[in-house]
Amino acid sequence: MSDLTDLSIAGARDGLTRKDFTARELTQAYVAAAAAARPLNAFLVETPERALAAAKASDERIAKGKALPLDGIPLAIKDLFCTEGIETTAASKILKGFLPVYESTVTAKLWAHGANMLGKTNLDEFAMGSANVTSAYGNVESPWRRAGDNRPLVPGGSSGGSAAAVAARAAAGAIGTDTGGSIRQPASFCGIVGLKPTYGRCSRWGIVAFASSLDQAGPMTRSVRDAAIMLGAMSGHDPKDSTSADLAVPDFEKAIGQGIKGMRIGIPKEYRLDGMPAEIEALWQRGIDWIKAAGASIVEISLPMTQYALAAYYIIAPAEASSNLARYDGVRFGLRVKGGSLNEMYENTRASGFGPEVRRRILIGTYVLSAGYYDAYYLKAQQVRTLIARDFDKAFQACDAILTPTAPSAAFAIGEKMDDPIAMYLNDVFTVPVNLAGLPGISVPAGLSKDGLPLGLQIIGKAFDEANVLRVGQAIESAAQFTAKPAFIAGKT
Amino acid sequence: MQSRSGEWEVVIGIETHAHVTSKAKLFSGASTEFGAAPNTQVSTVDAAFPGMLPVLNRFCVEQAVKTGIGIEAEINLTSIFDRKNYFYPDLPAGYQISQFTKPIVGKGRIVLDMADGSTREIGITRLHLEQDAGKSLHDQHPSMTYVDLNRAGVALMEIVSEPDLRSAEEAGAYVRKLRSILRYLGTCDGNMEEGSLRCDCNVSVRKTGGKLGTRCEVKNLNSVRFVMQAIDHEARRQIELIEDGGTVVQETRLYDSGKGVTRPMRSKEESHDYRYFPDPDLLPLVLEKDWVEKLRASLPELPDARKARFVRDYKLSPYDGGVLVAEQSDAEYFETVAKGRDAKLASNWVTVELFGVLNKAGKGISDSPVSAQHLGELIDLISDGTLSGRLAKDVFAAMIETGKGAKAIVAEQGLKQVTDTGEIERAIDAVLAKEAANIAKYRAGNEKLLGYFVGAVMKATQGKANPALLNELLKKKLAG
Amino acid sequence: MALDKATVARIATLARIKLPEAECQALAGELSKIMDWIEQLNAVKTDGVPPMASVAHMSLPMREDKVTDGGERDKILQNAPQAENGFFAVPKVIE
Repeated sequence: MSDLTDLSIAGARDGLTRKDFTARELTQAYVAAAAAARPLNAFLVETPERALAAAKASDERIAKGKALPLDGIPLAIKDLFCTEGIETTAASKILKGFLPVYESTVTAKLWAHGANMLGKTNLDEFAMGSANVTSAYGNVESPWRRAGDNRPLVPGGSSGGSAAAVAARAAAGAIGTDTGGSIRQPASFCGIVGLKPTYGRCSRWGIVAFASSLDQAGPMTRSVRDAAIMLGAMSGHDPKDSTSADLAVPDFEKAIGQGIKGMRIGIPKEYRLDGMPAEIEALWQRGIDWIKAAGASIVEISLPMTQYALAAYYIIAPAEASSNLARYDGVRFGLRVKGGSLNEMYENTRASGFGPEVRRRILIGTYVLSAGYYDAYYLKAQQVRTLIARDFDKAFQACDAILTPTAPSAAFAIGEKMDDPIAMYLNDVFTVPVNLAGLPGISVPAGLSKDGLPLGLQIIGKAFDEANVLRVGQAIESAAQFTAKPAFIAGKT
Repeated sequence: MQSRSGEWEVVIGIETHAHVTSKAKLFSGASTEFGAAPNTQVSTVDAAFPGMLPVLNRFCVEQAVKTGIGIEAEINLTSIFDRKNYFYPDLPAGYQISQFTKPIVGKGRIVLDMADGSTREIGITRLHLEQDAGKSLHDQHPSMTYVDLNRAGVALMEIVSEPDLRSAEEAGAYVRKLRSILRYLGTCDGNMEEGSLRCDCNVSVRKTGGKLGTRCEVKNLNSVRFVMQAIDHEARRQIELIEDGGTVVQETRLYDSGKGVTRPMRSKEESHDYRYFPDPDLLPLVLEKDWVEKLRASLPELPDARKARFVRDYKLSPYDGGVLVAEQSDAEYFETVAKGRDAKLASNWVTVELFGVLNKAGKGISDSPVSAQHLGELIDLISDGTLSGRLAKDVFAAMIETGKGAKAIVAEQGLKQVTDTGEIERAIDAVLAKEAANIAKYRAGNEKLLGYFVGAVMKATQGKANPALLNELLKKKLAG
Repeated sequence: MALDKATVARIATLARIKLPEAECQALAGELSKIMDWIEQLNAVKTDGVPPMASVAHMSLPMREDKVTDGGERDKILQNAPQAENGFFAVPKVIE
């Protein structure tokens, strides 16, 4: 396999500009890599013809000196983004064969910027999960292995397929969605960069909805610069999305390399969990040292509501999901299972079409919204959410960005943590508060566990301050010098 | 209501669903036009495909606020859109976007014009905006229901009355008045046949002075007549049930207009647990006070204000005023006729003569064969003495038939009233010359014969003799 | 908060998901555990705290009253499991 797949997006962009290679060559390399990565089950659908056709158009523009910002860059797209004419399943049986007649705003923007699509990546069903073990189309395997251990590992979730594809160099970059950590946590597990923008920065139109007040699209890349490049292409006001921010898109790439001298970086004491693994604590401390060495100051801050964030999330997200998933009823699209009556048709279709985790969350969501329970659960959780947001507001008076670990552990083996849903939910303990407050957050690979698995550090920023999030992220990246590679690299293993 | 066990009170509340007159739907850009081929006015948002999102139509918000002002209600500057969750094939998302806890309009009132000229105030609890559902057709196929989503997402204003209504008559007056206000405002066209206005009636009965009974809801009544019939029937059904020793069960019923009965509806969902929560795809709707006040200032004169003005300025009776203002176009027609003229005459001619003709032909004022200008002309001719009341009726009939103006017809047919004393006297003399016997009887005391003589002279003058003058001159001549 | 089998069955009906009886029992246990874990929110004092309306700090945008959509029946019906004569077809409902 060529070394073309070793290049970052920025590197590929430069190479294309210098005419070291063509968009076609680059795309062909990734098409082959995507095919070679099949053992990971990262892709649900590969779209090589489409990618190559787009690459051809990219080459024509490049030749004329009219290159678009992402011309020739092959991307992997989480199968939660509706792509016109290309099967979009949300990794569920209930959407098998669904061919959207529209394109999501975010992917349309990427194509308008010249990028091409390698295929749709696997995910936890309806984005509900943090290990990519709930897909109706099989688990995704992480390209990483523990040292001396051959057991397949989870890539994290729900954007496991996207994370695995980027880590295995089967795509130059990918997009995912993040509702409680679904971009950042798999990025941490797979040793790549994952950015969740501020709620409203990217449009949700055309993204299969999980939890409307929490979902956000974001880039998953090999470097912080790449994330900045992609974010610039993905962002922007969309009048079709009433929650889309009507704000200009800054030049995010400008934030790269600015350094963090004089910035104040907050360390939330409540994130220091009881029983936190020593290596996570150590990683965090290393991050703090890097921050200081780069000329920024460390401030201890308090986010008192941290411990309640997961519980609030597991009321709000399932509640919204139970309503958002009511449309999957066998009437207008997707799976229909016969029934003697309309209600039987509904019940059979949804029982067959949804997997156990999705069913569990729909039931919880239905329950917490049901008569007599709304005040005790949903209303209460939304009040707690206000308090969580206030915590961050207060903290940001004392600091410009916050540094935390991304996940409480490295990747675990497929099959572990399956007995207890709550054990699985705890994977998101550091990421969930950020979604509840609607803030931007990035995970940057910062070190390795004792088993040689990636560990990420998270930087959280003020609303719409992705620039500073990228700035600090890049400072961490620069200090961490994370060069470890997974055991599996597409086409090279 | 009277029944075998004594006197009962019927307690009625009405929920009205009114289609907003917007071109596009409440949260999508598809058309709202009536009568299109199935599923040709459906956006992917209306069909609730994955990833679709709602965007609020400003015009619909304006109409809701205007309506709220029109029913003298509180406008809630902050309101919230909630999801009402239930499963039905014509509800594509599995939820309806509605307003539950914080509607856009709060308490208001509507004043009813009763047939005897009295008024009655009915409270309005609230008005909120919500999506209409699509249409399910159950009778097109033996085992399938067909679903048309054209109507799915059309903006509705749901207007809820307090349970202040006490009879089918009042209910009918309420619906008519509400419809009138909506049409004046232009916020709903009130076309019940096309489904622009539908009523759900909550009916309960109690012994006069007793505590509130269990209510039943009769849904989807699409004419004032059906509203009144259904309420009547439902009230009697409940009274009979209780008198027979039964209890009224709270349920939803449908009115079968063919059989004249209400029957229970198979429930749309097992339990009415709608699990309302604020729609996370939308934000709270916050209105500026200035904006509301601007809308208030832009409202047309509404029925009650217009009626008061007609009574005051045109000296009409409240009853006549009420009849004339019920339809805006009627009121405008009347004013065109009445301006600068004898308003009482104008009112009479419009409400009695013209409406009589229109009602018989099943027409509305917009299809009137006689224009307001022409009718005004006719009244001028009465007022200046050219035509007697009787002649005017003949001219009117000719106007209806030919569509010509009064002046033209008078000129053509020479229908001018005769007021020339000499001419009338000559006519009288001609008639009396042949009536010696009857004259004698009259002079002997048979005063009824005056009418006979009047009729004869009228006939002789082709009805053109001025009646008052004729009477006066005739009496003189008969007196001898 | 413990959920019993009957409650799970009721919720499953509300959510239109068929649950065989055996599953109801198992789910009752699972969901009860999750709800117990969620109960920790009761420890938070929330008197007078407004529920989060949205993390999007803006006013609700509105659009012009223009017809910009619809008129593409084929697209709307394209993915339907069963469509006839321009309608979506479902098992008959009796009202």
